Amino acid sequence: MRDVSIIGIGQTPVGEHWDKSLKDLAAEAIQNAIKDAQAERVDALYVGNMCSGTLNGQEHLGALISDWVGLRGVEAVKIEAACGSGAAALRLGYVAVAGELADFVVVAGVEKMTDRPSDQVTAALAMASDADFEAQNGLSFVALNALLMRRYMHEYGVPHRDFAPFAINAHKNAVGNPFALFPHPVTAQDFGAAKMIADPVNLLDSSPVCDGAAAVVLCPTALARQFAARPVRIRASAAATDTIALHDRRDLLGLEGAALSATKAYGQAKVTPKDIDLFELHDAFTIMSVLSLEACGFAERGRGVRLGTDGDIAIGGQIPISTMGGLKARGHPVGATGIYQVIEVVLQLREQAGANQVRNARLGMAQNVGGSGATVVTTILEAVE
Amino acid sequence: MQRHRYALVGEVCNHCGEKIFPARDVCPQCNAPAKTPYTFSGKGEVYSYSTVHNPPEGFEQFAPYVVALVRLAEGPLVAAQLTDVEGEKIEIGMPVEMVTRRLRDDGDKGTIIYGYKFRPVIVPRASVEAKSASV
Repeated sequence: MRDVSIIGIGQTPVGEHWDKSLKDLAAEAIQNAIKDAQAERVDALYVGNMCSGTLNGQEHLGALISDWVGLRGVEAVKIEAACGSGAAALRLGYVAVAGELADFVVVAGVEKMTDRPSDQVTAALAMASDADFEAQNGLSFVALNALLMRRYMHEYGVPHRDFAPFAINAHKNAVGNPFALFPHPVTAQDFGAAKMIADPVNLLDSSPVCDGAAAVVLCPTALARQFAARPVRIRASAAATDTIALHDRRDLLGLEGAALSATKAYGQAKVTPKDIDLFELHDAFTIMSVLSLEACGFAERGRGVRLGTDGDIAIGGQIPISTMGGLKARGHPVGATGIYQVIEVVLQLREQAGANQVRNARLGMAQNVGGSGATVVTTILEAVE
Repeated sequence: MQRHRYALVGEVCNHCGEKIFPARDVCPQCNAPAKTPYTFSGKGEVYSYSTVHNPPEGFEQFAPYVVALVRLAEGPLVAAQLTDVEGEKIEIGMPVEMVTRRLRDDGDKGTIIYGYKFRPVIVPRASVEAKSASV
C-alpha cells in the first residue's frame, strides 16, 4: 500500500444556488481543486451524492460530471451512503491510490436540495433510514434524532439547554468561513426560542437543507511534493457500519459504528484521541455531536454535553469541533458534507484557516456519518513536514 | 410484510431464544437462522418519543403526530406512531398496546396502507377502583 496525500482542494459556497445546476456546482468545485493541485492529469473521479435521483431527477453522476467538467474518458462513478456519501467516495479514492490502481484521483461531493419543497426533501432524506419499518411509520430523519436526544436527556438527566453550546460554537466559527451558509452568531436565548421541528429537536439543534459541492485531489505522497507546497497526508481512512434502523441497535446511545470506525482509524494512525488537535464531526444535530464525541473517546458516556458547557469544543479548547461552522452553520449539503469536512481539516493543517486557525494543528480528524450512525467514515489527516 | 404490520408477527431464534421484530430470518443476536414465526403480545412501554411537526411527504394530513420507540414486553424495540394520546401526556416508561390503524394513503383512488400504532393501555374503570381501594 502506498501513502496517500491530498494535494488540492476546491469548494463552492454553501447556499441556495438557484442559478446553478447540480453539475455546475460539482464542476466549480472540481475545477477549483484541480487548479489548487496544479495536477496535469486525472485518472479517476469519484462522486459522493445522496439525493440526485429523488430531488434532481438525475442519476449516473460519474459519467455526467466527468464529461461536464472536461474529464471525458476517465473512470467515474457515483457513491451513495446517505449523508456519509462524501467520505465514502473519499474512502474509495484513497483505496484506488493506496492500492496503486490510480495515481491522480479527484473525489467530489455534491448535493442540490433547495429546488424541491420541504416535504419532498424530508421524504428523500428519510431514505437514509429503514423504509419498511421507520419511514413507513412516518418517522422523519429529524424524528429519529429526536428519539435519540429524548432518550439521552432521560438517561443522563440532561436539560435541553445544555445542547446550546454546540449550536453557538458552530455559528461563531462560521463567521470566519467565507463558504459558510450561516456566517452569523446565535445566542443561548435564540436557542431557547427556536422553532420546534420534532421535539426536543428544534431548528437550532438541526443542520440546514442547502446546496453545495466540494472536491479534493489525491495522489501518492511520494509524488505530492511536486505539486503542492503543503500536502496533507491521509494517516487513516476507516469505514464501519451499524444497523440502519434505530430499533435494531443493542445500545441505542452507543453509536457503535462511530466507535468502530474511530477505533480502526486510531489503530491505523497509531494515535489516541489525545493526539487529535481538531475534530470535524458530523453535527447534523446537536445530539449527534454529543454521541460522536463519546463514541470516539473524547468523553465518557453521558459526559459529552459537558465538553460543550465547559468550553472544550471551542477553537483554543481541548478538542475544537466544527471549526469552520460544521454541518450546523457551514451547512449540510448531504452528499458533499464529507468532503467539506476534510477540506476544512486540510485548511487547518496548512495553516490557512484565517481567524479560525487552531494553533499548532498537526493532526486533524474528520468523521462523516450516513443515517443515524449506520455508515461512518473516519479520516485522520496530518500535515506533511 | 402484511403479517408484520397487521399482527406484529416476528420470529423467535431456536438457537438462543431471542425474540425478533421485524422478522429477518437471521438472528441479530447470534446470527443463526431464525425462521420460526412468533406473535408478539402487542404490550410494551414507551422507550423514547417525539412529536413530528415537519412531516415527510405523504404524512402531512396527520401532522403533528407522535412517534416513538416502544420496548415490547418480549424485548425488541419497535419504531411506531403513538395514537389516541397527545404529545404532552406521554412519558418514557408509559405502558402502551398495539392497535391497527391507517398509516397513509395515496390520494382518493390510491391504496390505503394500514399498520400498527401504539396507544396508552386503557385501564378498565373497575380495576382502577380496585387499585385505588387497595392503596
